[in-house]
Amino acid sequence: HLATSLPLPSERDHFRPRIDLIVFMIDIKSKYSLKNVEASLAHVDASFFLGKVCFLVTGVGRVNACSIDTNAVCKLGETYCSPVLFCELELEGIRVATAQRLLRMLQICAGHIPGVSALSFVSLMRTSDDD
Amino acid sequence: MDETVAEYIRRTVLKMPRDEIKTMLEKWGFLSEAQLQTLNFHQIKDNISQEVVQLCEENSADIKQAAVLDIIYNHIYQNKRMWSVYQMKKSGEELDYFDITDFKKKFKRRLRSALKNVTITFKEYEDNAIWIRVAWGTPYKKPNQYKPSYVVYHSQTPYAFISASMLKSNLPLLCQALIVASNYHDIREMELRSHSLNSLKDIVFKRYSQNFQTYYPKPLQGGNVEPESADIRIVQENRSEKERIHRLNWEVFGGGPQPKLEFAQYKLETMFKSDPKMGVLDKKEPFRCLVKFSSPHLLESLKSLAPAGMADAPLSPLLTCIPHKARNYFKIREKKGLFPESFVSP
Repeated sequence: HLATSLPLPSERDHFRPRIDLIVFMIDIKSKYSLKNVEASLAHVDASFFLGKVCFLVTGVGRVNACSIDTNAVCKLGETYCSPVLFCELELEGIRVATAQRLLRMLQICAGHIPGVSALSFVSLMRTSDDD
Repeated sequence: MDETVAEYIRRTVLKMPRDEIKTMLEKWGFLSEAQLQTLNFHQIKDNISQEVVQLCEENSADIKQAAVLDIIYNHIYQNKRMWSVYQMKKSGEELDYFDITDFKKKFKRRLRSALKNVTITFKEYEDNAIWIRVAWGTPYKKPNQYKPSYVVYHSQTPYAFISASMLKSNLPLLCQALIVASNYHDIREMELRSHSLNSLKDIVFKRYSQNFQTYYPKPLQGGNVEPESADIRIVQENRSEKERIHRLNWEVFGGGPQPKLEFAQYKLETMFKSDPKMGVLDKKEPFRCLVKFSSPHLLESLKSLAPAGMADAPLSPLLTCIPHKARNYFKIREKKGLFPESFVSP
């Protein structure tokens, strides 16, 4: 399901299947993109933040068009305990690799991989500084 | 042949891109077929222009023919100049039959009675457009051929498009000659300017696609709504919002291409509205501010703002009224009365 912001339109509630993974796409060239994501995060139920949320930053190939500080995005990832992926959609190789990673994450979040659950992502997020 | 004429012809030819010189000379028709055959268009432009001048020398060209060549160049490269639109008013008489010779005579007579040293040249084109080129001099100096003014007048309409030279003081004279020659009694400058002459014509002649308030079938172009051929496993959650934006855009802009304008300018003379506690300005004076929007194609970029997610639909009527009101310069003052918003002055 593709949406431009949250909350999702309520008129489609009964068509919607269970949501296993939310990927927030942030365009590094647009400050509005980051603001939009921050505003939408408020509408996400807390249970999703146990490994079912991921941030995808796009457009990182164009270094001189960056409007957002990467530190701000990384801080966002830390605050919400969710992984941050960087990619460049205009390059086919990176696009395919990113899609494969997301698909893998989705399989885990949907419970299709025995022995691994979404909670594993949370434990991977902890840095060595943490207790 | 006069030296100044030779130099003028040489410089006019130098302005033309090399591949176009032959066609323009043919359109000009002053040099014969045989003469054109002798020209070598594969050498550097400097040499081509010298050869052209030689041939013009043989034919004894004078400033009148040189001016026609200049009109031809400017007609093809009309978008290099900045055009303003003027509207003329009749005093309510019947529409006279338009006689081109009468027009030319009256125009020349009026101008020459005020200023002896002018070069006036006319050229008619198929779309009823009369191109007038005026080179201005003073009572003591010959006309400056390098800074002429151009007027494009469509005889069946009350509109004239003027590209003035630097010498703006001659504008009133030009306008007067126009109204005398065309049997109108008043002329005013519209707040509409652009480089694209055809777009200005589209706007005032209402030739661009507008959306009328009658029933229209669902737009077939479907450029902005997601194509159905996309993967059916992808579900668009905001489809109804996208369709709303597309529909609003269609209602405002219509389906066809927009006239090409490069900028819109808003002169604000409104009061600064802020939190009373902030007290930015001590005096209660209107805040003077100039807002200018510029773009290679302003109206198309405004049209794509909402679908691209960069602005909310519907757009402000101040932006969308530009082609309907045929203006891109606005003065916005406070409206004293019922509504606290500002209003656009005529």
